[in-house]
Parts: sequence; structure tokens; C-alpha cells
Amino acid sequence: MSSFPMAAPEKAGIKYLKLSLLFVAAVVVLAGGFVFLKEYKDSKLLLILFAVVWGVGSTILLYTVLNAVAETFPRKVRTWVLPLVFAGPALVLLVWFLVLPTVRTLGLSFFDETSTKFVGLDNYFYAFTNPTMLESFGNNLLWLFFGTAGTVVLGLLIAVLADRSPWEAGFKALIFLPMAISFVGAGVIWKFIYAYKGEGIADIGLLNAVVVAFGGTSQAWLQLPIWNNFLLIVIMIWLQTGYAMVILSSAIKNIPEEHLEAARIDGASEFQIFFRIIIPSILGSIITVTTTIVIFSLKLFDIVRVMTGGNFGTNVVANQFYVEQFTFGSTGHASAIAIVLLVAIVPVLIYNLRQFAERKAFA
Amino acid sequence: MKKILFAVAAIATMTLFTTALAADPLADAFAGKLKGKTVTMSGPFTDNDAVKFNDSVKDFTAKTGITIEYEGSKEFEASISIRVDGGNAPDIVDFPQPGLLAGFVKKGKVLDLNKMLDVTKLKANYIQSWLDMGTMPGPDGKSIMAGLWARANVKGIVWYNKKEFDKAGYKVPTTWAELTKLQDQIKKDGDAPWAIGIESGAATGWSATDWTEQLMLRTTSLQNYDKWVAGTLKFNSPEVRKAIQTWSDIWFTNGNVYGGRKSIPTTSFGDAPKVMFETPPKAWLHDQGSFITSFFPNGLTPGVDYDFFNLPAINATYGAPLEVGGDIYAMFNDRPEVRAAMQYFGTAASLKSWVQAGGALAPQKDVDVSWYTNYVDQKLGTMLRDAKALRFDASDLMPGAVGAGSFWRGMTSYVSGSMTLDQAVKDIDASWPGAR
Repeated sequence: MSSFPMAAPEKAGIKYLKLSLLFVAAVVVLAGGFVFLKEYKDSKLLLILFAVVWGVGSTILLYTVLNAVAETFPRKVRTWVLPLVFAGPALVLLVWFLVLPTVRTLGLSFFDETSTKFVGLDNYFYAFTNPTMLESFGNNLLWLFFGTAGTVVLGLLIAVLADRSPWEAGFKALIFLPMAISFVGAGVIWKFIYAYKGEGIADIGLLNAVVVAFGGTSQAWLQLPIWNNFLLIVIMIWLQTGYAMVILSSAIKNIPEEHLEAARIDGASEFQIFFRIIIPSILGSIITVTTTIVIFSLKLFDIVRVMTGGNFGTNVVANQFYVEQFTFGSTGHASAIAIVLLVAIVPVLIYNLRQFAERKAFA
Repeated sequence: MKKILFAVAAIATMTLFTTALAADPLADAFAGKLKGKTVTMSGPFTDNDAVKFNDSVKDFTAKTGITIEYEGSKEFEASISIRVDGGNAPDIVDFPQPGLLAGFVKKGKVLDLNKMLDVTKLKANYIQSWLDMGTMPGPDGKSIMAGLWARANVKGIVWYNKKEFDKAGYKVPTTWAELTKLQDQIKKDGDAPWAIGIESGAATGWSATDWTEQLMLRTTSLQNYDKWVAGTLKFNSPEVRKAIQTWSDIWFTNGNVYGGRKSIPTTSFGDAPKVMFETPPKAWLHDQGSFITSFFPNGLTPGVDYDFFNLPAINATYGAPLEVGGDIYAMFNDRPEVRAAMQYFGTAASLKSWVQAGGALAPQKDVDVSWYTNYVDQKLGTMLRDAKALRFDASDLMPGAVGAGSFWRGMTSYVSGSMTLDQAVKDIDASWPGAR
């Protein structure tokens, strides 16, 4: 009995020594790798390999060591230290890269373009009175309404129709394919579709080819007021319908077959089944998809940037924010616009997350 | 007592400086008196341009023993502000456009070359327009000579397919009336006179601003041009409206532009001139800076396959001033070797090897045009040397929100027809920082 209390501190001592050595080693690996990446310039391949191995390896190392350290604490302390150890690094990064910039942007939105002179709400006044901004808000509403409606309705329609087709997988793959294309890449593709060369010059644009084949005259599509907005919205619908279709399709497949059968036996028409059974059953999924697309269309930037640069009355808020900051160097205006955009998106975002949680998407 | 001593010392130093002024700092340097000294310089030249710059000062180092340490940065505009505001400015700074320099002059950070160099020599070696463009108001509102122009390029000139042009019997117009007649002739022959495209991705519209600037220079005075750049002459003024109206009269008239008005905002500025080189040419004239030759089809010989002329004068009073870009050098620290280097940059000799390598035009009068090794540079260099007046690209000098924003956008909307001229100029005026 008497030897046990003697041995324990000794054992614990070795354990602590080991731990602190491990801790020092981890710090050395982390810092050393960082210095190496900063200084090393010879072989790009080696650099990439090292970055991958070091990046993944040191993350594992960091968590292992921190976990080992946390394990040494008494149980009571451990229960609140352990979650901190695992969520902590992510939280720190989140605060550093998301929360702090947001707070800083909020602060900067009350200052002028040099970020030194306090101007109160002037930048917000600008954001809500400047004609370009008003045009952008209007266009964003178009995107919000028609972009979202188009994507969800088309996605739902395709999901329902494909559900009954023997070639379902093929159809869905085709519709889903554009999802793999970036917005900028899609912009380039559609630029060719809408291309206009000029009067008396042979056109290369697909849309003009179709119009001319049906006896019309070719148009400078991206310069047609109001219509050009819809032509741009079509691109987003083309890109995002696949996403809506996949989510809604899986929801439809989850509807118990008996419900549909019972309805059919009771003599319900297919339309009644669609509106009275399918839609209510998948309402949760529809809301989730809708809010996700709403967020997409509010912060939409790439398509407008690539296709028109915001010219011809197609500007959107996110593009104006970019231009204010990076072309005009007007940090105050840009920050105010960014905050306005954030405030517009946050409620949708919260609602969206709640829906996800209800559907146990994170469970 | 201390104050008096200080004052005496100050006066003594000033007298010393004034006596030093009498001598040409460059003469001392060439006499080898400043051997082993170093001048630090900073600017936006990197890569190939940095090599060309370093080559061009080798001769100076060989003759004087003064080393010029050049540090180029792609983030030049941001880094130079940090260095100057931190009191750590390089001796000489190369500004790719004078707007940024003007800010430092206003803060009193820049030395007045009038007090540093042999100004008589400088004044003899530049035409008045270059000197005007190097003069800027200091913190007390008094103007100083803030910098000297060391390198230039020419922005708007009219390019044409020389071989076909000669074959068709067209003559290079020397007056506006001749230009109008040429346009009519080309139209009568069944072609479009002009190839014009202003599409440039997110920067769509800048080519239209270059046209506006060239016509401002031809329809109103240099003073009005300067006021326009400074924001005191509104876009919605008869002068600016007239300049825009003049080019849009050409652009919007049926048959004047290949592809018609609607094609202008959708045709890329780089693609626009290509139709001049189809057989037979679809259009005959194209107005653009000298960089555009790199967008021409391969295998064309300048002077044989294509050539260029300056857009003719409209009004004899204003003539046809050139629209230019370029680099202005400013001095931040006063040491004899810095003065010597600056004085040297005021001579064309400082640019000789660069001129020979191609890619730079000398703004100085003492340039020997035989240094230019290619046809385009030589002709442009001669135009530049013989120019009576010139001005810097206005949109590059205006605040970013206008010069790289509403001016581009306004002109694009006007050309595409989504705005009238009246709406466009008012929109641009409203976007001027501080306007409400």
C-alpha cells in the first residue's frame, strides 16, 4: 500500500515529461513547417507534397497532442476542456476570418474612402440613394424572384416527371451536369450563345442563329433593356436547377408509396395527387432549396461580372460592392453595401439553417 | 539665442544651396566627383521593363560612378504610399501617372525641382505641355515643379491598312474636312469607314473615353481640358458635351461603323481592328493607342501593311494635341548624386538604350530619332518630339469612381442607347466624389 502513492507521482512525472516533449515537438513541427514553406523556393513539386503532408499531418498531430493534454485533466475539468480542444481551433479561425472582418467592415462603413474620417451614416445614405445602387437593388429583386422561382419550379417539375421515366438516371445526370461548371465558366459559354457581331455580319451566336432561322433579325441580346436581366437569370437557372432537382427528387422518393396508392384508389387525379400529397409531403425540402437559391441570387456576382460587367442596366449589388472597393478604392461605400447585403441575407440564412436542422441534415 | 543661431544656420544653408544651384549637378557627376554614391529608386517596372530600365542607366553609372538601385513592384501604388508616409521614401520615385504624385505634392513630401536642378536646361529640353503637366500645387497652394517626364507613349492615333488604302486611292486626311470627305468616299465605295469596338469585359467603355479626350483636345482649350480633369468643368458643360457629340455623330451615323452602332459595345477592343486586314478590308480606319499593333494579325510589316496618322484638327485655334501616357519622376531626398541623376533623366540620353530596345518613347527634345529601331516607334517618337501640345489621358487622372467607373459606364450606356447623352453626362457628374 505504501509504495503506490510513491510510484504514482513518479509515473505521472514521466507522463508529464513525455507530454511536454510531445507538445514541444508539435510546436516545432508546426512552426518549422511554416518557416520551410515560406523560405523554400527550389522545387514546386516538393513544396506541394510537403504542404499536403505537413498540412494534414500537423492537423492530426495538433489534435492528438491537445487531446492527450486534455486527458490528463481531472474528469470534471475534462468535460468542458475536451469540446474546447476540438472545436477551439475551428472557432478561432472562424472568429479570425469571418467574425473580425465582419466587425471591421461594419466599422469601416461609417468612415470615408480613406478610412480615417468618420462620416456617420453617409455611406448608407449613398447605398440607398445612388442611382446605380437603386438599379442594382431592382435587378437583385428580379434575380431573387424569377431566378428562385425558375430554379425551384423547373427542378420540381423535372424531379416529378423523371420519377416516372425509365431513363430517370440519364435525364437527371443531364440536368445535373451544369452544376459542375463554375459561374465564370458558364458565363463564357453563354457569352457565345448570346453573341452579336453587328448588322450585316455573319453571327456566331446560337440564340441569333435560332432567331434568324425562324425569320427574325439578330439582336444584341445583352443590350436589350430589362430582357438582358432575364437572359442572365436563365444562366443561373441552367446552373442551379440540377441542385433543386436532386434534393426534391430524393424527397419525392421518400413519400410512402401507400399514400399515393390510397389516393389513387380513392379516385384522386394525378394533379390532385401532385398538389395535395406530393407538395405537402416535400414542403420542407422545397423551403430549404428555395432559401438556398434565394441566398445564391442575393449574393450573385460572377455571371453579371463576366457577361456585362454591370453595364446596360444589369448591375447587381454584389458587383457594385466589388467595383466600389477594388476599382474606385472607396472602402466606405463598399463596406456599407456589404453590410446591407449581409443584413438582407442573414434572416434567410437563419431560416435556411433552421430548416436544415429540422430535417436533421446535420445529425 | 538658439532660435537666432538656427535661423543663421538656415540662411547659411540656403545660400549654400543657391550657390550650388549655379553649378550643373550633372557636370560634377560626370567629372567623377560623386563616385561611389548610390541613388535609390522605386517604380512599377518589373520583369522585362525592369531589365530595360537597368540597361538604360548603365551608361550613367559607367560615366559617373553613381549606382542607381532600382526596386520595382507590382504593388507599387500601395507600397509607395506606405514608404513615403513612413518617412522612408526612396530618392527618386517613378510614377506611371501623375495623379498619385499630385497627392504627395499636396502633402508637401516632394522636392521642388526649380530649386534642385538646372531648370533652364530642363525647360529648353521639353515642350511647354510636359512642363505644365509636371507642375502641381503644393500644400500652400503654390505650384512647384514636382517631376520631370522620363518616358512616354502615345494614346490615340488613327491606324489604317496602308497597302489597300493606297490601292483604293484614298489619301491620309490632314484636316477634319478631308476626314469627313474620306468617310463619305469610303461609304460611297460600299464599305464602313470605321472599325470600332469598346468591349473590354468589366472595363467596357474605356476606348470611348479615349475618343472623348482626343476630341476635347481638338474642340476646346488645354485650360478647359485641365479643368475637366480637375472636376471643375462638368461633363454636363457645352465643351464636354460637344466633344462627346462630335465622336458620337461619327459612331451613330448609319454606315459609318462596321457592324453598326449596336455592335460597338459587344465588339472587343482587340478584335475591332482585325477587319481592316481582311481581304478585301471590311473597314478602313481605327483609332487606338500604339499598343494595338500587338492585336493585329501576325506577319504584317509596319509602314508597308499598315500605317497611322494623328486625328486631324477640327479648329485651327486648338490644333491636334496628342493624347499621351507616360512616367513622371519625382525627387524625395536631396543629395548631390540625386540631383545629378534627376538632371540626367531630363535628357534623352537616359532613355537611349530603352528607346533602342523598343517599348519607350522619349519626351525630351534632344532625342535622336535614329535611335528608334522600328518604324512605329520612330514615327511616334517624331510626332512626340514635334508636337506643339499634348495632354495626359484624362480618365487616368480622374478619381477612380469616375475615370474607371462612371465615365466608362456612362459612355457605354450612351453608345448602347440605354441612356441619352443628357442622362449620361449628368450621371457621371453625380458620381464625382463629393458631388451630391
